[in-house]
Amino acid sequence: MDYTFQWGVAFSHLPYLLGGALVTLHLTFFGFVIGLLIGLVASVLQAYGGSVLRSLASGYIVFFTNTPSLVTAFFLFFGLPEFGILLSPYECILINLALNAGAFLADVFRGGIASVRQVELEAAEVLGFSLVQKVRYVIVPHISKACYPPISNLYIIFILGSAMASIFGVEELTGRAFNIDSETFRSIEIYSITAGIYVLLTFFANVLLTLVGRYVFRVKARIF
Amino acid sequence: MFELAAEQAGMFFTWPNLGYWGRAMITTLTMAALGCGFGFIFAFLLVYFRTWPLKAMIPVRIILTLYVEVFRRIPFLVLTFLVLFGTRGFGFRFSLFSVACLTILLISTAYIAEIIRAGFESIHPNQWEAAAVLNFGRFKTIFGVIAPQSWPLIIPPAFSYFVMFVKETSLTSQIGALELMSAGKYFNSIGISPLLAFGTCLSLYFALSYPLTLLGHRIEKKLKLRFKGKIVKSHEISLIDRNKSHQVAN
Amino acid sequence: MPQLEIRGVCVHYELSVPILKNIDLDIFKGEIVSIIGPSGSGKSTLLRVLIGLLPPAQGTVSFNGKVVDYNSKTCLKELRDQMTIVFQQFNLFQNMSALKNVTIAPIEIKKEPKKIAEERSRFLLDRIGLSEKLNAYPDELSGGQQQRVALARALALNPDILLLDEVTSALDPEMTNEVLDAIRELSEDGITLIIVSHEMAFVREVSDRVIMMADGCIIEDGTPTEIFDMPKTDRCKDFVGMILSH
Repeated sequence: MDYTFQWGVAFSHLPYLLGGALVTLHLTFFGFVIGLLIGLVASVLQAYGGSVLRSLASGYIVFFTNTPSLVTAFFLFFGLPEFGILLSPYECILINLALNAGAFLADVFRGGIASVRQVELEAAEVLGFSLVQKVRYVIVPHISKACYPPISNLYIIFILGSAMASIFGVEELTGRAFNIDSETFRSIEIYSITAGIYVLLTFFANVLLTLVGRYVFRVKARIF
Repeated sequence: MFELAAEQAGMFFTWPNLGYWGRAMITTLTMAALGCGFGFIFAFLLVYFRTWPLKAMIPVRIILTLYVEVFRRIPFLVLTFLVLFGTRGFGFRFSLFSVACLTILLISTAYIAEIIRAGFESIHPNQWEAAAVLNFGRFKTIFGVIAPQSWPLIIPPAFSYFVMFVKETSLTSQIGALELMSAGKYFNSIGISPLLAFGTCLSLYFALSYPLTLLGHRIEKKLKLRFKGKIVKSHEISLIDRNKSHQVAN
Repeated sequence: MPQLEIRGVCVHYELSVPILKNIDLDIFKGEIVSIIGPSGSGKSTLLRVLIGLLPPAQGTVSFNGKVVDYNSKTCLKELRDQMTIVFQQFNLFQNMSALKNVTIAPIEIKKEPKKIAEERSRFLLDRIGLSEKLNAYPDELSGGQQQRVALARALALNPDILLLDEVTSALDPEMTNEVLDAIRELSEDGITLIIVSHEMAFVREVSDRVIMMADGCIIEDGTPTEIFDMPKTDRCKDFVGMILSH
């Protein structure tokens, strides 16, 4: 083995890496939230829209769920300037993340909408609920509870997927690891620490999301 | 942009180029298939040992559980770098294709192990006990009774995980592996318009992923006909959901 | 000498809640013993201890004079060569046909020759009235049919003792009767039967002995007449009074 480990060098850059972790959280949070809105709109259009809107929504969902997000990122990154739209790498990746997330989330919402039980709606109808009341007391609670686990799971997956932002120069966790690596060449140590930070990050995100699920949405799941 | 694409179309869509794209597609598919295929086998072995109730097996079970929990939480890109530098650092000169396959193997084993475990746990405990009181050994219980009943809950999520990985392989272009994404980057770098280069790249990924997704639905339907049971989508095998491992006092 | 000797058996769940408290019991060869009692009294738990699925925290179980060592796999295997159990549901292997379910243990575990095992299995399935359903899979059979196949499977191994754990509790009245008929026939074979059941009329008709359990203890032990018509303890009186009034 002709590689000498120098963990000290790698650990000295820990604060810089942790700063990158914050950027990762920032990026994924906003990207995911925008994606939630997009996904919600797309799923509603798909379920209740006219034939044109429905095809558009389905087309969007099918497109983004069947193509790698890296390729759509390249497409946006190199393609948008050609149309005169100049965005920073961060913004570009944010949009890419939102569009990809939106498609997967639309799928989740679709399942949630379909799972609203007819019986519950009929019960509400018979009790004299108006449409708004039905939405508020039957549809929304049921969908939020049903969709929460897959959505929080997708969020964790997107945190891991955000690593690809480094390819476009975004200074998130992996991007910063890449920078340190090119300076110090302590590749194994740096990427191991980076991997470790992702593991801890997603583990605590998990725990947090489970707790939120338990107390806000009453979704029963074990914490770990 | 469209003018540039139109100009270059003639010189882009040539037989040698299409051959290049074709080989790239095959590499992508092979990479994902090898990685996930062996990942399935290793995952099965992992779950076999991880759910062994014997006291002596506890250290093994802890290690395997740690493996699954850790490798499900490392981004594919980061692990690819780690495997690349790790193997080079320890003196192994694997090809980039092998490094990619190895990384896919490591991650898919962890994810598919969770899918398999969820499948096993959905089998009613009485089935384990019925086998135990008939004096079935562990091997016979798992391969003769439990696994055959859990295929409808394991195969569809595992297959859709494979289809997802076909797209994830695009990240291996970052270490220089020659697959579909790198083909797109190559053409873009020699001056072909992004619309043509990445557009073709996108379309070919779509051409791989969409039919496979439909195939996955058909497989799911076929398995559903044989058994009744809840079919779970791969993203529902969540990082959050946990069930205690089934134990038989044996 | 009793076939089964149970001495001082205690079982706890979750470290503190006792399910069985100091159970002392002797079962003799060929006896048909029924165990009755309210839910949570530990009846099913006792059966699981006997078949080796649950080691007792204290106490011993002896089979034919030999103490059962719950830590020894060989000992448990020997025990299960001569004793078998039918659960309330999900007995059958869902991925095998009725015939395969019955033949698999004799062929694979006892290494009987295939022909002999199959012949015997067909005979057993015929005896319980399922000769038409040999190749049906469990999800094509009704609950009552499934339980009868489970009985056939248990008998295919020629056990000395058969434990029946509330085998009709998950069935509707019609299916319950077909299973009880099958058990009634069995009871004339000379095999030792330990039955946990809520079907009081059946219990009364078929048993040599009835044991009433509550809160993890044996409250009374006697003939069906003694238990149902002349219960001695208040607990037993209350229980019998309650079931008979329904």
